[in-house]
Amino acid sequence: MTANTMMNTAQMEAIAARHPHLLKSSTSKRIRSVLIFAGIALYMIYSWWFFSIGQVLVNANWGIAGTYLADWVSYEVRPDIKIANDGTMQVVYPRYSPLGPDAKPEWVKIETKMVDRTIDVPAVAQQAAPKKSSSFSFMAPNSAVGSSAGAGARTETRTEEVVSRATVNFNATTSIDVASGTVTATHAGESLLIDLDHSTGVTPQGALPEWATQKRPGEKITLAFGMTGWADVDKEKISIHNRFPGWANFIFDTNSPFFNRSFGEVASLIISGERLDPGRSNLSLAWNNILYNSEWQHLDVWTKLLQTIVMAFVGTLFASIIAFPLCFLAARNITRNGLLNQVTKRFFDFLRSVDMLIWALFFTRAFGPGPLAGMSAIFFTDTGTLGKLYSEALENIDDKQREGVKSVGAAPLAVQRFGILPQVLPVFASQALYFWESNTRSATIIGAVGAGGIGLKLWEAMRTNSDWENVCYMVILILIVVFIFDSISNLLRSRLMGQKTH
Amino acid sequence: MAASALSTTLSDNGAVVERHWQELNLRRRIYTFLGLALLAVALSGSLWFANATNAGKFFDRLPYFFDFVGDLVPRDAAEIGRAMFDLPSPYDDGSLKYNYPEGRMYLTDSIYVPEYFYKMLETLNIAIFSTIFGMFFGFILCFFAARNLMPNPWVRGLVRRIMEILRAFPEVVIAGFFLAILSLGAIPAIIAVSIHTVGALGKLFFEVVENADMKPDEGLRAAGGNWFERVWFGIVPQVLPNFMSYFLLRLEINVRASTIIGAVGGGGIGEPLRLSISQGHEAKTLAIIILLFSTIIAVDQFSAWLRRRLVGDQAFQLAQ
Repeated sequence: MTANTMMNTAQMEAIAARHPHLLKSSTSKRIRSVLIFAGIALYMIYSWWFFSIGQVLVNANWGIAGTYLADWVSYEVRPDIKIANDGTMQVVYPRYSPLGPDAKPEWVKIETKMVDRTIDVPAVAQQAAPKKSSSFSFMAPNSAVGSSAGAGARTETRTEEVVSRATVNFNATTSIDVASGTVTATHAGESLLIDLDHSTGVTPQGALPEWATQKRPGEKITLAFGMTGWADVDKEKISIHNRFPGWANFIFDTNSPFFNRSFGEVASLIISGERLDPGRSNLSLAWNNILYNSEWQHLDVWTKLLQTIVMAFVGTLFASIIAFPLCFLAARNITRNGLLNQVTKRFFDFLRSVDMLIWALFFTRAFGPGPLAGMSAIFFTDTGTLGKLYSEALENIDDKQREGVKSVGAAPLAVQRFGILPQVLPVFASQALYFWESNTRSATIIGAVGAGGIGLKLWEAMRTNSDWENVCYMVILILIVVFIFDSISNLLRSRLMGQKTH
Repeated sequence: MAASALSTTLSDNGAVVERHWQELNLRRRIYTFLGLALLAVALSGSLWFANATNAGKFFDRLPYFFDFVGDLVPRDAAEIGRAMFDLPSPYDDGSLKYNYPEGRMYLTDSIYVPEYFYKMLETLNIAIFSTIFGMFFGFILCFFAARNLMPNPWVRGLVRRIMEILRAFPEVVIAGFFLAILSLGAIPAIIAVSIHTVGALGKLFFEVVENADMKPDEGLRAAGGNWFERVWFGIVPQVLPNFMSYFLLRLEINVRASTIIGAVGGGGIGEPLRLSISQGHEAKTLAIIILLFSTIIAVDQFSAWLRRRLVGDQAFQLAQ
């Protein structure tokens, strides 16, 4: 690499001959580094086999990953267009639709007419809950029960208003139109006509475009429109999944009287409107509706978040309070008793090495699930860690200050107070702050095993696989808290330690 | 202390100095007092809140505090060994509590690895694999985040923000997300721990790089070395021991982290531990705890020994 310096070959060889150890040692080092790299590569191959990573990645359900990710920041509205035997239709929304009960969104256009129908009683058509396709069974709350029209069902004829044509506009270029047994799907400039028939099933006219798939002739056709949504076309039902960006009903849920009102309307109601609930003011009603929003559970989430913060705060504070006197016993330059040093140090090691998880599980048993368990787990683990760090800090102090105080005849306690504390107190506080901040993060995860805080809520939201938007909300809250605490802790630490730490 | 007595003998200037010192001291005491009062208020508020929102109340539950000790007493001491090595128990009544031999992982017809050893190995492998993985990407990223090697503030800021987010993103969410896609297994845990490690190691690494001696870099630059050569031959050799030290430190942390992730479904020893504690299987719990405890101590000791060899006592100062 230094080929362009002014040396010629002879000079370079002369230098090499004068300092053989430099070049020789470099070859042995090179062999060693090659060996280390080979070892790491072998280990990675072994791990690949041990965890059968390749196989797992191949078998993974990657299709669902995109849906889950999209659920973080968007929501679906899922109307079903049901087609009865006589060709009449009905547009049905699931019970917990984000549009609330009796929704009439602009993007679903309906033409109706009056017909005389002969229907079964109890009628199949009255079942409001939609049936989900198998891959989306995680939408358990609104899954349907099977048809209950038994053999004893009688029939009657009545005149009623039915849907004769339904048009769903996903966006400017994507729409689905259903009328008299034919579905017309338009997406990205292409149109697909699908015939629905009770005996022959679902038959597309012409070749399927790229965005439509059918597994077997006659079975349902799945139309995928990317981020705007998708639809399943079956002979009796067309399931629409129209995806909208954002979080649905973040402030007021569908049961709230403030639901579906603009900001101005809500503001004017709160300031000067008639009382919606005679028992209380509109402001308190609105606040109550926000806190107990059934979909987002704001109050519960905030309480759990506060629990996490409190767990980290109290756990770390208690740990540093207990570790503070003990570390003087553990430091061999302060307590000149080898046995006592060793006992205290091994005690710290014990607290530290019994994992935080084990402490958390035990305290969950002792105190029941909740922040007391998490707090105690952090307290026990960190007493060990902080005690170890504190005693190491004590062992590295400058002895001169202590000797100075001792030489003027101070009492032993005063020697510690004026000879040692001023040196180590900033270090102690800085370490405690660092652990406070890092415990805020670990408190999240031990919460997931039941030790209180937002972890369990987060875990439950993920386990249902349908509340990813709630997960996103909680993650954002956690990130905000972690960043705030990070900055506070860094600010305080740089004040305490001068500019050494950042 | 004896300030009033001293001040009588002080000169005018001395008295001014003394008065200022007294004022400063008083102000500092007031601040200290206020700070401590604030801390006390925050602490009692927190304790009240924690107690109020806990399932069991502190003082109600205190008599049951040592209940778990009772959960840890097996029927005889040899049970622990049987649970650990998957030997049949004389108390076997067909229940889950004594079904030790069922977890055996047979290598051949007669040689087996006991279940908990295998699970412990799995946890350890999760930790090592993700630490290596995290080190690899942290190593690549750190040079783009260091002020002395990346003059462009936008790239530097971007890389630093990415690392901050990777570090702060809750591991449990990453694990949960990949569990939903990959179903049960160790790989969600690996991904979660790796992602966190990239952020954490990246930060430590770029701070080491920023403190590196820039003279070798200047020499290489004078000789016409490009950016990669300068980094590879000028910076990497001097920071590598510190990197290795942080790698080992992270390994210690990751062994613990992967145990916890395991408890929420990520494979490894965490899951059987959680189950056996909640079901009250004393011997199994003790066997796992002993195994986990000795593994953590062994990893810590090994890492401490290697770090001392690599960087000397400097390795034991406060890791940021």
